[in-house]
Amino acid sequence: MNVARKKTAPHPYVRLEEMVLNMGPQHPSTHGVLRLVIRLNGELVVKAEPVLGYLHRGFEKLAENRTYYQFLSMLSRLDYLAGIFMEWAYVNCIEDLMEIEVPRRAEYLRVIAGELVRIASHQMSTGDFLLNLGTWTPFFWTFRDREVILDLLEMLTGQRMMYNYIRVGGVKEDIPADFERECRKFLKEFPAKIDEYEKLVTDNEIFLARTLGVGIIEPHEAIDYGLTGPNLRASGVTWDLRKDEGYSAYGDFDFGIPIGKHGDCFDRYKCRIEEMRQSVRIISEALDGLPEGPVRTWTPPMLRPPAGSIYRAVESPRGEWGNYLVSNGGLRPWRVKMRDPSFIAISTLPRILPGYKIADVIAIGGSMDFMMGAADR
Amino acid sequence: MIAGLEYLLSFLLALVIALAVIHVGGLVFPYLMRRLWGFVGDRHGPNRVGPFGFFQPIADGIKLFTKEDITPARANRWIFLLAPAIAFSTPLLVQAVIPFSESYTIADLNIGLVYIVAVGAFGVLGILLAGWASNNKYSLLGGLRSAAQMISYEIPLLLTIIVVAMLADSMNLGDVVARQENVWYIAVQPLAFIVFLVAGVAELNRTPFDLPEAESELVSGYITEYSAMRFALFYGLVEWGNVTVWGLTTATLFMGGWRGPFLSGPQWLAVKVILMALIIIWFFSTFPRLQVDQLMAFAWKILIPISILNLAATGLFITLWPDDYLVPTAIFSWSAVIIFIAAFTFMVKKILLNKRLGMKAREEYEPWLLHKPPGPIPPRRQTGL
Repeated sequence: MNVARKKTAPHPYVRLEEMVLNMGPQHPSTHGVLRLVIRLNGELVVKAEPVLGYLHRGFEKLAENRTYYQFLSMLSRLDYLAGIFMEWAYVNCIEDLMEIEVPRRAEYLRVIAGELVRIASHQMSTGDFLLNLGTWTPFFWTFRDREVILDLLEMLTGQRMMYNYIRVGGVKEDIPADFERECRKFLKEFPAKIDEYEKLVTDNEIFLARTLGVGIIEPHEAIDYGLTGPNLRASGVTWDLRKDEGYSAYGDFDFGIPIGKHGDCFDRYKCRIEEMRQSVRIISEALDGLPEGPVRTWTPPMLRPPAGSIYRAVESPRGEWGNYLVSNGGLRPWRVKMRDPSFIAISTLPRILPGYKIADVIAIGGSMDFMMGAADR
Repeated sequence: MIAGLEYLLSFLLALVIALAVIHVGGLVFPYLMRRLWGFVGDRHGPNRVGPFGFFQPIADGIKLFTKEDITPARANRWIFLLAPAIAFSTPLLVQAVIPFSESYTIADLNIGLVYIVAVGAFGVLGILLAGWASNNKYSLLGGLRSAAQMISYEIPLLLTIIVVAMLADSMNLGDVVARQENVWYIAVQPLAFIVFLVAGVAELNRTPFDLPEAESELVSGYITEYSAMRFALFYGLVEWGNVTVWGLTTATLFMGGWRGPFLSGPQWLAVKVILMALIIIWFFSTFPRLQVDQLMAFAWKILIPISILNLAATGLFITLWPDDYLVPTAIFSWSAVIIFIAAFTFMVKKILLNKRLGMKAREEYEPWLLHKPPGPIPPRRQTGL
């Protein structure tokens, strides 16, 4: 057996050996193509090292060879469960460089689309997390309800996952005639569905035993690593760009930011569940106060932002998605750099995982909800 | 000469019946599981092959028969090939002592209960060998987990079986069934039944104790490297054959065996086995999976003390009231079940939550002003039951 051998403790009768386990890139629970090289002492993790790059497609370099609009249509392929936030951050950069005024109605539509995507992404991640803990049914339930959201998004943007909806100066087009009715129907039914998920697992003793106190990230640690999103808020740090920066139309809405207390797997799960509830609230407020007017200002067909650099970030379901854009005044961006929350979540794994068991590795990985498409870029 | 032929024929008949039971179980239960699990998850489940998709397992079987049987290049070839057969022997052999009707038992042993425990413990060997011989780290971990788990859960299983033997005053399964003519032992000893159920689910490696083949952690555990019919042997026939045989044992020990009105003995047995399989399917569709240490803690800290207590109490009642011990035993057992269920419902969650709250009072520090360099690796936080 191809096992790396190393003595851990001198013992007269028992020879203890460590085993190196390559988890991934083809493993059912590594959320894509993450490879974790784990050094095991029995079932106990001694050392864990993530290896990235199996989904590297060179997005940042590709951006330099494409016009601004050409690159916009590729961005949803990064974090393919929440593609709209990549577009949003990128478009914000261009708009602020060129000082383009965005119509209020377009901002509201962006918020509606973004929050729908956030719910869909959280559904996927909670379902997947519970699948990692070994229960299948919630996974099917979340997928059943996610389908409704994807239908709504298809109605709104024309696409289920790769939207290309947010454009420079507004959004692609106005809402279709029966979108509001369908969306309100969904908003009315969905909170009961969240209660249903919670009824199935949240109070289950096995679930509690598997998640309470597992994978604790302390607040100062989370800040040092640069964690954002539900992972950070589960540790008890109040930081949400929607509130703290109030970008787009988020200043108009009344919504809460769920905060965890202990930063363990349970808190991260619970934060996502509560965020879904808050997103429902935001969408219904946005539909109520949807202003009249155009959804897009006129922009030149070939964009030439003035020379300069800019950083804009949005709160994606996984945390702060940032986009740093350097323009030299030409047709193509000089440099595009993304700040990706999944990459940072993965970088905390070597710190958290040692001392836990293999089953906890999967649970912690699932609760961190990273997206390899975005981390590898 | 004639006697030898008769013996041979009866042996062949017994073999055919035992194989038929396993194969029917191995075909019907996977279908039932996938279908019902589908309904729980708001899906259809298999519904294409035959009426209501009933022939889906047969289609799967044909597919698996025609696939290539791969042995990994660096596997321990003979053990790898033998392991499914060894695992398959358990459900086959256990049936020997089960009374299928008043007149038919394959081998009417007077130590049937001991035989069941002895042969049932054999099942871990096939899994352990499969895990070892595959030369795959996931398989190895799965095999080791199953060894630890199945040996731990043998103990409460054995202790409850002793309770049944004491109640029936016999180790012959025919006698056990005969003694349940008036009242089933599930009514007399519900505590023993619950322990037997939980330990049995763990013995069978089913959810929430399906650690040896935890698909999200160990890919497929000890069956990762198996393909084609050997995979089918493990996945369909051994696992569900074990469920079938376990259902037969439970029915015999606690639910009056083949006894029942209107239907014949084998029919009643089938009904009871399906009932037990439904419980397993229900667990599978709703429970997450336990962790290794929690699993062990559950066996050693909860199940074994409970079953020892039960054993002692039953022995005490039999000594005190040698003629009429069923009533006090039933009173004790039912009250114990109620107490334990109440304790579990109200206590466990509280204990779990308290443990977490005790770990760190949130108000102790002002997090984002503090900067602590990452220290040495912290010890494992205590979780679990």
